[in-house]
This record gives sequence, C-alpha cells and structure tokens, in this order.
Amino acid sequence: MRKAATDAIYELAKTDPRIVFVGSDLGAGTMDKFRKEMPERFFMEGVSEQNIIGMAAGLAMDGFIPYVNTIATFLTRRCYEQVAVDLCLHNLPVRLIATGGGVVYAPLGPTHLAIEDLAIMRALPNMTVTAPTDAPEARRLVMSTVDLPGPLYVRIAKGGDPVVSRDEDGFQVGKAILLRQPKDVLFVGIGVTVNRCLAAADQLAAQGIGAGVLNMHTLKPLDEAGLLSAAKGVRAIVTVEEHTLMGGLGSAVGDVLLRRLGRTAPDLITLGIPDVFPEKYGSQDALMKHFGLQPTQIAEAAVRVLSAPVGAAA
Amino acid sequence: MSPAQTSAKKIGVEKIGPTPVSPPLDARSTALRKVCVDALVSAGRGHLSSALSLIEVLRVLYDDVLRFRADEPMWAGRDRCILSKGHGCLALFTLLADKGFFAKSELETYCQVDSMLGGHPERGKVPGVEASTGALGHGLGIGIGMALAARIQKRDSRVFVITGDGEINEGSIWEGAMCASKHRLDNLTVIVDRNKLQSYGPTIDVQDLEPLTDKWRAFGFAVADVDGHDVNSLRSVLARPLAAGKPTCVIAHTVKGKGIAHIEHDPNWHHKSKVSDDEAAALYAALENA
Repeated sequence: MRKAATDAIYELAKTDPRIVFVGSDLGAGTMDKFRKEMPERFFMEGVSEQNIIGMAAGLAMDGFIPYVNTIATFLTRRCYEQVAVDLCLHNLPVRLIATGGGVVYAPLGPTHLAIEDLAIMRALPNMTVTAPTDAPEARRLVMSTVDLPGPLYVRIAKGGDPVVSRDEDGFQVGKAILLRQPKDVLFVGIGVTVNRCLAAADQLAAQGIGAGVLNMHTLKPLDEAGLLSAAKGVRAIVTVEEHTLMGGLGSAVGDVLLRRLGRTAPDLITLGIPDVFPEKYGSQDALMKHFGLQPTQIAEAAVRVLSAPVGAAA
Repeated sequence: MSPAQTSAKKIGVEKIGPTPVSPPLDARSTALRKVCVDALVSAGRGHLSSALSLIEVLRVLYDDVLRFRADEPMWAGRDRCILSKGHGCLALFTLLADKGFFAKSELETYCQVDSMLGGHPERGKVPGVEASTGALGHGLGIGIGMALAARIQKRDSRVFVITGDGEINEGSIWEGAMCASKHRLDNLTVIVDRNKLQSYGPTIDVQDLEPLTDKWRAFGFAVADVDGHDVNSLRSVLARPLAAGKPTCVIAHTVKGKGIAHIEHDPNWHHKSKVSDDEAAALYAALENA
C-alpha cells in the first residue's frame, strides 16, 4: 500500500512542479526514481520529525505541496505540536503519509504501534483524516489530494492487504463507499478492517443474516449523510477499527447516531482496541485476533447484538 | 537607583555575566520603545522586557536590511522575517505599524477580544507576520522550508529567523540547525536574542547554553557575536550572509528590558498579566531618562 501511495506521489510530481517529497530516514532505495529525476524536490532529512514538519510548513507557505512520509507513530506522536501549529493552525496543504498505521508493526512492540493516530489527528481543527483499505484505494486517494485544501493525514497499512475496493465506486475524500447493502446489520470499517467486515458479512450470509459493509475511508470529515442513509432500517451497527476505542471511528459514529437519531438509533457495538498499550507481539493478524477484530469475531459480535433484546447491546 | 541596588533586587542576576556596553539609545530607539509601552499599558499585559531586547535587531532589519512591500505583504520577492520567539511580538507589531503594514491605531487594541493583535503573532491575521509563533522552537523549521522554497524557485529572498536564547533549549532548533547546514542554506540567517534570561531566571541556571558560539559553529553555521543594541554593528553584520555555502547565525547580545532601567535583567518582567497605574507611570518616567 505504501508503494501504491508513493508511486502515485511520483506520478503527481512528474506533472506538477508544486509537489515535493519529504522523508525522514526511510528504507534504502525508497523513492529512488523521484530522487534521481526530481532531486531538487526530494528531501530525506533524517530522524528529525519536528523539523521535517516545520520545513514542510515553510515550503507550503511559499507555494509547494509537500508529501511527508514516515512511520505513523512518529509522524503523529513525536511532532504533534508541529502538526497542530505549523500545519493545522496555518491550514497548509501538507500531506502526511503515515506508514504502518494500527498494529502493523506488532512484532516491534508498543513503541511502534499507531493505535491512537486517527483520534489525535481528528482532534485537530482543519485536519482531514483518512485510512484507505487497500493499495488501489490508496492510489485513488493520493491522486485526488493535490488540490485538497488544508492538511491531510493518510494512514497506510502493511501492504499486500486483500483488495476489496472497486474502481467503479470511484473515490472522494469525505464520501463513504457502501460496498454491500445491509438488511439486518451494518458493519462500518476503516482501513484494513473493511476487508474483515466483508469476510464477516460472508459468514453471516451463510447463516441467513443480511450484513452490509460501509467503507468509511475518511474519518474526518465524517460522511454523516452516507452513514445515516446506509443505516436506514438496520437493527444494529457494528464499527470495526484497528485503533483505540477512544476517539476513533466508533466514537465518531456513535456521536452522529446520538446527535441525529437519538432514541431511534440502531443499537451500536464498537469493536477496537481497549484503553491499553498492547502487550503482545506476533503479527498484525495475531494482534487483531487478540483484540477481537478478525472476521469470525466480528460476525459473532453481530450475532450477539442481533439476538439481544433491542437496546440491550451496549 | 544604582546598578548595584538594581541587581540586589533581582533573582540571580549577578550570574548573567557581562552585558554589552552599548551606545546610548537614539531618539528612534526610544520612540519605538514608547510605542511598545503604550500598547502594553493599553492592554494591561504583555511580554515587555522580551520585546525591548529586540528593538534594535528588528529596527535594523526593517529599516536597513529586509526587502518588503508594506502595501503588498505577501509579495513573492520579499525577504522573510520570522519572529520565532513570538512572545516578543510587541516589538514586531511596533515595527510593522511603523512601516505601514497596518494602522498604528491597531496597537491600542492589543490583546482585546476582537483585535488582530494578540499576545503572540499570527500569520493571516496580522499583515507582515510570516508565521504564527508562540509555541517555542517552531520558527527555524519553517524558515528552512522558506529558504529551500526560495532556492527551488530561484528567488534571491533571504530568510531571517529570530529566536530567544531560552527558546533554543528546544530540540527542534538543533534538528533545524543540522538541516540548515546540510542544505548549505546561505540565504538563511538565525538571530539569537541573547539576553541571558528566560522565564524562571538566568539561562546559566535554567539550561546553560555556553559555549553558544562554538555550538552554532559546530552545527555548521558561520557565526558572529554582536552587540544587539548597537545599530551600526547590527547593520554591518546583517547586511549580507556571513559566508557562502553556510547558514549564518548572529548572536545578538542584548539586555532584557533594555532602555527601562528598573526592569532590565528582571525576570519578574518577563511577562506581566497586570500593569498598575504606578507601574505604567514608572515605565514612562524611565523612558524619559533613557
């Protein structure tokens, strides 16, 4: 997925002289073509995220559109004040391409996991927050970002993720994509949880339960109309995120349901990471299983909510 | 009040070492200080002493060095001047008003609810302000981006970043210092307002910076130490980059509160959230005698 995103940045830069690439200390050979062909617009600045964000802000103030790429947790936690002040307060068109969001770096432990990145980016005024579900969607997203106003956060997953997005659905920041029409229950996913939601929906279909899937690739601004339209008539909504339950997709969806539907809202179950630093290693899949985010577990959560009395889900 | 008496009242001030023996302030320097004091008194608050140490640096930049168009603040060909120590904004606002970026009457609204002039400068609100600062350690990174932009766009703009000395406790400054020298940004000049006091007290106690000249040199800058209240010396050192292929650092040795004897070197005047009538009268009286 990162390669799809960086290839798209290269393509954009070939035709748009405003585009610059800024990395920290990425893997050897990353973006070599960009570096060789457009050296004056390629920057690899070392392990110095605070300075990198400031520098990107200065470039943007003078007319450039910087795409900044490093590991998600370092691009959010380490330089949060620079992101808030230099990018968001000035409302500058800097694009943060955050590699390894969620629990991708499971074997490397909690210092390398980005489990609250979406929440803390979402809390910043002017910031747009996205997480594409697969490589083709990452490409569609990046290709649509050149003239997007203000700063943008893009959470990139591991790579090699199942491709579930479809060309014919197109892509627009802030517009959710209904991948499967719901009947009884609606799954709302973001990033790679969308493919888990689809697999869970397949399992439920075999049991005669009609589960829909909404790809909420943009967390902010949240597509409230798309959510409410997809949720019409369902008994329950299950949000699924590879992210803390504090301030991410579940919180955002819950907020909309409460504000817009009040007591008439469908039951809501939020699946995600509880308020802990993950203690286990293994793999992304293993950690997602640990936190109940794999297809069978998602399907089981749906069954639980559908078999409980109305209003008893939470 | 003799200097000895003054020192006795001030926390640890004897530790700050020798301060520059500057030429007497001329009429323009005193008049600019009076504008700062007027704004402080009208708001009843502000970082006055942090602004007073900056007056000559900013005066020389705006009078003699910077290219700008006050009626076209975002003119692409301008030089950029970022006040990274945003709390010194009373001095910046004074110079911007003096140059006609906005009406001098705006200064009377300083810190009021609908004013464009707050306790820190904001880009997009205040004509002539290049970056919203206040959180310390941000200006250098932004200045590096602007200096790189000028290079790519083949503009001969210079970029000036003014930091406090307390401010350079921030690690982001030293990340930026490495980056600026790596890119051989000779269109970038950092000016350190070396007044040797930060909020809590003398920098030597809070976080000693010495040997400061050697530090910047070691980070790849061409460095000059200058009396930050000597207009002629500032003109000469800021007129052009100190070296080709290297960023410049000018360490401006200054006095916090310069020009108002009883607040000089006094950390209690770093920030005031209330200024009494008596205190205001004393500020004006001291300016008369400056």
